[in-house]
Amino acid sequence: MTELPDHTLAATRTHPEAPLLVLDDVKTHFKTERGLVRAVDGVSMSVQRGESVGIVGESGSGKTVLSRTIMGLLPSSAVLDGSITFGGLEILGLPSKQMRHLWGAEMSMVFQNPLNSLNPVMKIGKQITEPLKLHLDMDKANARETAVQLLRDVHIPEPERRLGQYPHELSGGMRQRVMISIALACGPTLLFADEPTTALDVTVQAQILEVIAEQRRERNMSVILVTHDLGVVAGHTDQIAVMYGGKLVERAPTRTLFANMKMPYTMSLMRSIPDLAAPSHTTLATIAGRPPDLVNPPKGCNFAPRCAYARARCHEEEPPLVTADEPDHEYACWYPVGSPEFASRDEELESVRVGGTGVAPNGGDR
Amino acid sequence: MSDISSSPIDERNADIPLASSLEGIAHAVTDHVPEGEFEGATKRRLGLGFWFAVGWLVTIILAAILAPYLPLKDPMENIIVPSEGAPPYSPSSQFWFGSDQDARDMFSRTIWGARTSLTVGVAAVLFGMLVGGSLGMIGGYFRGTSDRAISFVFLILLSFPALVLAILITSLLDRSLLTISLTLGILGVAPVGRVSRANTIAYSDREFVTAARTLGAKHPRIIFRELLPNVVIPMSALALLGMAVAIVAEGGLAFLGLSVESGVTWGILIQIGSGRRELEAAPWIAMAPIAVLFFTVLSLNFAGDRLRAYFEVKETAL
Repeated sequence: MTELPDHTLAATRTHPEAPLLVLDDVKTHFKTERGLVRAVDGVSMSVQRGESVGIVGESGSGKTVLSRTIMGLLPSSAVLDGSITFGGLEILGLPSKQMRHLWGAEMSMVFQNPLNSLNPVMKIGKQITEPLKLHLDMDKANARETAVQLLRDVHIPEPERRLGQYPHELSGGMRQRVMISIALACGPTLLFADEPTTALDVTVQAQILEVIAEQRRERNMSVILVTHDLGVVAGHTDQIAVMYGGKLVERAPTRTLFANMKMPYTMSLMRSIPDLAAPSHTTLATIAGRPPDLVNPPKGCNFAPRCAYARARCHEEEPPLVTADEPDHEYACWYPVGSPEFASRDEELESVRVGGTGVAPNGGDR
Repeated sequence: MSDISSSPIDERNADIPLASSLEGIAHAVTDHVPEGEFEGATKRRLGLGFWFAVGWLVTIILAAILAPYLPLKDPMENIIVPSEGAPPYSPSSQFWFGSDQDARDMFSRTIWGARTSLTVGVAAVLFGMLVGGSLGMIGGYFRGTSDRAISFVFLILLSFPALVLAILITSLLDRSLLTISLTLGILGVAPVGRVSRANTIAYSDREFVTAARTLGAKHPRIIFRELLPNVVIPMSALALLGMAVAIVAEGGLAFLGLSVESGVTWGILIQIGSGRRELEAAPWIAMAPIAVLFFTVLSLNFAGDRLRAYFEVKETAL
């Protein structure tokens, strides 16, 4: 592996039926003074060409570390295990010298905070044209033309004028559009969007997601959307992976997941989306407790300590990832939503709620 | 800086509250001024004092550069004026700043002294910035072993008594302009390097650096294109302050008789004029270079400080 074999990558473009990205039992651990932090602990999944995948989980669930593991952007203190193949090529643990051939040209990333992800002292035009000149060997005029087209693609008005402006002259939404156009500049086959809308206004969020979706369709590019918001991924993904405590706890095509979620954690995430139809001043349903300590994870299911449906077995044995009724739907739970044990516990909880203790009034009808 | 004022009310509305002063916020709360106007009203200024300081510095620098072409008296010539009696002569229309014991014109000598003093200041700062700045950036960017080694060097340089180092170098080597400048430059390496290292660390964590990496930028490119332009801003403000320190330090060396051997510097001029007898009989000999040195250092400090404050607030607005 002296030089990254370009023909391998070229081959992936000619075999679109093979998955673009395959993760197999990926583990990312960090050595710290407290002990080994299991940030990502055995995640397996695959991403097809042109597919949009949502990785959902709360803070500390390992979703950002997972995306950075795939990108190869981790500090050297990370201990990696498992396998990640990108277009048939093993990329896990590849030194950054070789990853550099992939960065920008094959995979790129849109970051959470557009206020931070553009260089404050460099003009927009320069920031877009630089990767073009670097990767695609464009000359100045050509790069400029492409930059204008890229800005137009992400619906930035007056793109020619923007090239001469500095990031602070643009609004947050505009900056995120610029960031997207930079990430798209060299035509990547895989785009990571790490909470791309979290720092933005709600009204701008939808526009940004739409821009990403539009570009995905046009370029037949795969997108991995990392977010804590199930609402964000609902309309813009084909597949959703729910992470908790560094593990995949449920994975299904978006439609299946929303119609038939198995994992109580997914359900809790769903319930914590504010319900606009509920009367005002309804207490927002939250998930009590905190994410598990990744140095000393609980013995059984990671989510058991916070799960209203947990039983003795959940605290003792870790549930394996099993396939649900549909072959593409996996979940890790002993008593999934819809099982008799879940139903009987749900009735108990319902009676308590009706009894007027006021626990989680919102979403009790779901 | 022109970009602030040039474009009127475009996409920037999201960032305006950050940049505004308290006064601006108060305005925004009390009366509903359109955003474009209130931003104009709170536009940041460097202030009149800054421009006075810059004016003085420009005058001194121009005079120093143009000294050979200005109609000045020869700074080394003994101009005996028999009608005035024995030198030193007090300030008059002939000797604007008076003359020294050897009847040499103090005005001309002060301006010629500026040449050496400013050269020492600039050279020392350039050396400190170049060496300290790049070492600091290397340590701050790569971290790890190189960072530890570089930080250790800075620590040693900082804990070594500056005066002892200067005496050591000037007595072991020669006392040429180059040696003096380098000596003062070495003393500047550690402070400048620490500032550059700290800024580099802060900027390395910013997402635009990671973003540049994910686009395939190599280390040198990230350092020169992404980090350097950001780190240079706080460093250049520090450079003016550093120059002031270097000029004063040269004066200190001169007082110990360790400054440049040939030619005049402000430090040497002050030393010549500050014997007990001279201070009593002819205080102008020392006062002329002291006053010019004072105003120059004051201007450098003031301008440097204003620039630093100016860019600092602008940073937070970004």
